[in-house]
Amino acid sequence: MKLGIMVSEGPYQHQASDSAYNFTKAALEKGHEIFRVFFYHDGVNNATRLTVPPQDDRNVVNRWSELAKQYNLDLVVCIAAAQRRGLLDANEAKRNGKDADNIAEGFRISGLGQLIEAGIQAERLVVFGD
Amino acid sequence: MTLHTVNKSPFEANSLETCLRLARSGHNVLLFEDGVYGASKGTRFEALITEAMQKQNCKIHVLLPDFEARGMSTDNIISGIETVDYAGFVDLVTKNERVQSWL
Amino acid sequence: MEEGGATKKFLYVNRRAPYGSIYALESLEVVLIGAAFEQDVSLAFIDDGVYQLKKGQSTDGIGMKNFSPTYNALGDYDINKIYVDKDSLEERGLTLDDLMNLTWEDETDNYAEKPSISLVNSEELAALMEQQDVVLSF
Repeated sequence: MKLGIMVSEGPYQHQASDSAYNFTKAALEKGHEIFRVFFYHDGVNNATRLTVPPQDDRNVVNRWSELAKQYNLDLVVCIAAAQRRGLLDANEAKRNGKDADNIAEGFRISGLGQLIEAGIQAERLVVFGD
Repeated sequence: MTLHTVNKSPFEANSLETCLRLARSGHNVLLFEDGVYGASKGTRFEALITEAMQKQNCKIHVLLPDFEARGMSTDNIISGIETVDYAGFVDLVTKNERVQSWL
Repeated sequence: MEEGGATKKFLYVNRRAPYGSIYALESLEVVLIGAAFEQDVSLAFIDDGVYQLKKGQSTDGIGMKNFSPTYNALGDYDINKIYVDKDSLEERGLTLDDLMNLTWEDETDNYAEKPSISLVNSEELAALMEQQDVVLSF
């Protein structure tokens, strides 16, 4: 079945991102298709490559990047939410006159329409948040 | 059929109460994250859960990895509640027509 | 954009008060963007979500943008199915009169101005939820 996922909280602060990851991984392992994972609200912080968690802890950001690579996942970060919270890719950094970008591998920044499209295209949409 | 997910402790938020007020007969409810505390016997929410299962005919599930992570004893789960793992969570999502997250 | 094709029933469930967190504002942003996709959209306000529709919001003293006027614009985007949970409203000591008067113009009825908000009881709300294809929770 084709599933869509929305993640509404950042890494570490809430379990939402961990739950979404564990769910997504289990769904993929069962042979389901993940149409898209959409990161909204503070969930956009799952996409920063600048996190440095302690070595004995999970690396939430890298874990998403690796899953994306393994399964060719579409990880989409909401542009409006990302801009508010300082999450930028190279294009956005340039466009807004910022001196750095911080998006991690495997994520892309796009509009809220991508969430609606996930709702339309996926057979089920599951929201993980606080 | 709807899958309702509840991720808040019933002591912290009214998500479980609102969820059960609006769940219909035959619906599935999954308690996960801090929501798992609602699955234990002896809390002041036990009657609410039991009533939802018996009178409303709701099926209640608890995500075992979240329950165990919190040191909660499976011997103490309210009878009638089923435990699921993440694969079981996925099955609940696919077998219901929609998922309503009570954040 | 992926317009055309099948129309799905989208329900936006709002259960948080405004200003204390960003969920209400960012939910509204999804609703406005989503309007362009011409889906069958309903909004539900439950629990503290009913406070989002409270009349007379004035944010001058907190330095945040008062986004409540945006709800008035929903009618212009053909979003006119706004359901308020009666129990949630009553337990907060509020009535429909305490909420903003949200309206839409019915072009099939000589552009008559009609109320967008419906008060619903638990049974009606449960039935409404059961008709949905996609439920987005904020």
